[in-house]
Formats: sequence, structure tokens, C-alpha cells
Amino acid sequence: MKKLKKELTVDQKIKRRNFLSFTVFGALGASAYGGWRWLYTSPEETAGITAGAHKPLRRALNKTEIFFRRLTFNESNLVKTYPRSMAAKVIRHNSDIGSEGKMPPDNWKLQVKRNSGEVLQITLDEIMQLPKTEITYDFKCVEGWDQISHWAGVRFIDFINHYNLQAEAKSQYVGMETPDQQYYVGLDMPSALHPQTLLAYQMNDELLNGNHGQPLRLIIPVKYGIKNLKRIGTITFSNTRPKDYWAEQGYDYYSGL
Amino acid sequence: MKVIKEKHPLIMRWTHWVNFPVLTIMIWSGMLIYWANDEYSVTLFGHTLIKFFPDWYYDLLHIPSRLAEGMAFHFLFMWFFTLNGIFYTLYTIISGQWRQLLPNRHSFKEAWLVVLHDLHIRKMAPPQDKYNAAQRIAYTSIFVMGTGSVITGLAIYKPVQFYYLTWLCGGYHLARIWHFALTIGYVLFFVIHIVQVILAGWNNFRSVISGFEVIEEQPIPVKETPNKDEKA
Repeated sequence: MKKLKKELTVDQKIKRRNFLSFTVFGALGASAYGGWRWLYTSPEETAGITAGAHKPLRRALNKTEIFFRRLTFNESNLVKTYPRSMAAKVIRHNSDIGSEGKMPPDNWKLQVKRNSGEVLQITLDEIMQLPKTEITYDFKCVEGWDQISHWAGVRFIDFINHYNLQAEAKSQYVGMETPDQQYYVGLDMPSALHPQTLLAYQMNDELLNGNHGQPLRLIIPVKYGIKNLKRIGTITFSNTRPKDYWAEQGYDYYSGL
Repeated sequence: MKVIKEKHPLIMRWTHWVNFPVLTIMIWSGMLIYWANDEYSVTLFGHTLIKFFPDWYYDLLHIPSRLAEGMAFHFLFMWFFTLNGIFYTLYTIISGQWRQLLPNRHSFKEAWLVVLHDLHIRKMAPPQDKYNAAQRIAYTSIFVMGTGSVITGLAIYKPVQFYYLTWLCGGYHLARIWHFALTIGYVLFFVIHIVQVILAGWNNFRSVISGFEVIEEQPIPVKETPNKDEKA
């Protein structure tokens, strides 16, 4: 082991630095892997208004949504609209949980629960008396597809004002349910009152048919399709998050675009 | 005589090794999301060459029916991906390392010579600094791609609130295609990167962990010798 002193020093330096950096690298790598295993095998959240997601991931979803909501949500940001001619003739049908089969308008009334406990019973004819708003926009499904479609109905904000629900609209959330209560969504009030949110009764100028939420459905372009409830039966207002079908299946509660 | 030559600063190594697992998780969770609407393929003259993705591939990786889970992972790890990228970018700008990284006016011509050299068609590689011309182009591209992934990602994530980003990407539909195509780009980059790292050898690989390379230097330089081959 007789080598030049200078050479040994360089070799020692190399060894020392290699040892140090590879130890740190290995330790960080192992803890990163440990952290990943912790997250991947973390328990599911306690089932409540939201369910089905890993506990830490649900916390992250909620926090991230609050961040983007505060940072970016602006009701003057309108969803892009398209010329009427670009709307699809055949509208994609994905699901009819809570809205199977037909619901002739004569057999249906919209129920709106006021703060006083009074329940408004509103017919489709009455809704169609209100100012009509049309929209052609790109409907976006959480699955990843999108389709330009044409809808007409009454703006939710107009509906609120007409039925003097201003006090109710000061609540933080709106809940909507199908008549059979099989499907339900919770909406934050700013999104519900967005000027492009409609209670829609027409699609391509025809009254809604069975597949698309006959006789009245929600069109809320600032949300994914999962929030666009078909066949509205009941509307409620609250300051806590109303129950939401897909939020119980691991999806983000807010689901805003 | 052996000499220690400093190569990769600590922050550059840190961001590189943070990015590797984070990007892996982003690609994996992205596939969980993509599965729910897996409509992309490469079709030439009516023949589908590649379908993204075949069933056996999905089953092998346990991808089906995990959309909600995929979104939850994707929207958590996007933070690490983005913040790590911003950190790296700021460091590269402030430290002046960008001079080593960005292609210069010779790079595009030289990159071709590097490729010829790597394929053993040409004997001599053009002289280089920390990175050769092909590396400058590749690593700068990967930076541009990372930025593109964040922009196209935000364009799909909040197409109403970030309507200007969605517009920039050519609309919602196209933004999703860009976002997907960039991911395929990472995979191709990864394959070439790994091959180059293996070919370049231990000294080069070690420098991305310990920061230095060991080079042999003539005690009395008779004439200028070009640097040892450096790749990846």
C-alpha cells in the first residue's frame, strides 16, 4: 500500500464523498419509498358526505380545491359558448341513475324547500313562463370526453329571484335530488348562481326526453357532468355540504372547472 | 493523475431525483384517469398502429376502474411536480447554469455530429462543455415539455377559470391530446436517457448522485486533450 501521498488523498476524498452521497441518496430514496407506501396503503376516509378516497388524499383534494376556488373562481369568467350550429344532434347518454324511464311533466312537480319550512310546488308550465335562456357549450365529463351541446331553460339566478328565494341563496350550498332520491348533488352557491347555470327543460329545442332528465335537469357548465343532475325532484339550501352521489364514491366534492 | 472535477450542483441533483419518482406517479395516475376515456391511437392510412392502450396492458398494471383514485393522486402530486420544476428553473436562471444548458448557435449543427458519433459512424465528437450539443437540446426540450405539461394540465383542470390557457392550447379537446402526447414524449425520452446513461458508464452516473467526476489529467499537458466522452 505504498503510493504517493497526493494520490491517496484524492482517492480518499473520492471514497469519502461517494460514501456520504450514496448513503444520503439511499436514505432519502428509502424514506421516499416508505412515504409512498404509507400514502398508498393509507386507510379510507370515514364515510360521510364524502367517502371512498384515501384519507390523506381527500384532505389534499379539499385543500387543493379551496386553493383554486379562492385563487381563480370568478363568476364573470364565462364558459365558452359556440354557435348553435355546432351543437351535437345526438347527445351522449352516460348514465340514468335516479332518472330511468320517463317522467311526464304532468306527473311531476319541482319541490323547493324554503327556510321557513314551506315547500314550493312548481309545475313545468310555471317554469316555462320564466325568461328563457339558451346555451351552446362544451359539456365536460369527468371521464375525459366532451361534447358541444345545446340547452335551454331558466337561469338558476332568475329562478331564485322570481320565487323570492334571495334569503335562501345566502346559504353556502344548494342540494338537488332526483324524485326517487337515487341521485343527488351538492353545489356551492357561487357556482349555482353563476350566470350560465340553468334549470334546463329543452335540448336541441325539444323538451327533454327520458334519457336526459325529463322533465327538468340541471345544466351547470362550471362543473363536470357528474354535477349536472338529471330530473330534479327537490331543491334544498344549507350551510353544510349536502350529500353528493359521486363524492361518496371517491370523487372530489367541488368538481369545478 | 486522478482529479476530482465538480459536475452537477446539489440542487440540480436534488431536483433530478425528486422529479423521477414524482413524474412516475404522475404518469401512472394519469393512466388511471386516461383509462376512463381511452380514445387515442396512432393511425396511418387507415391502419391502427398503436392503440393506447390494449387490454392486456391495462390488466397488467391494474389500471381499470380507478378514475377517482387516479384524480386524487394526480391532483396531489401535481404540486410536487410543479414546485420542483419551478425550483429547478429558478436555480438554473439564478446560478447561471442555463449557460451550460440552453442550446447555442452551434448546437443544432453539432448535435447531428454527436448523434453520428454515438452511432459509431463518426470518430470524433465535437468539443463540449458540461453537456454536449445533443444533451443541450434534449434537456432544454424536457424543460419545455415540463412547462407544457403544467400549462396543458391546468387547461384541462380548470378550463373555465384558466380559459386563456385552454385557448392557448387550442381548446379543451386539443389540450387533453397535448397533455397525453407530452407524456408519451417523456417515456421516449426516458428510454433514450437510460440507454445513454448505461453507455456513458459509472463515472457519469455517479456524478448525478455525488456531484463530481473523476478524470485523468496529464501532469504536464503537452497539448490540449479533449474531455472524455460525456453522455446522458
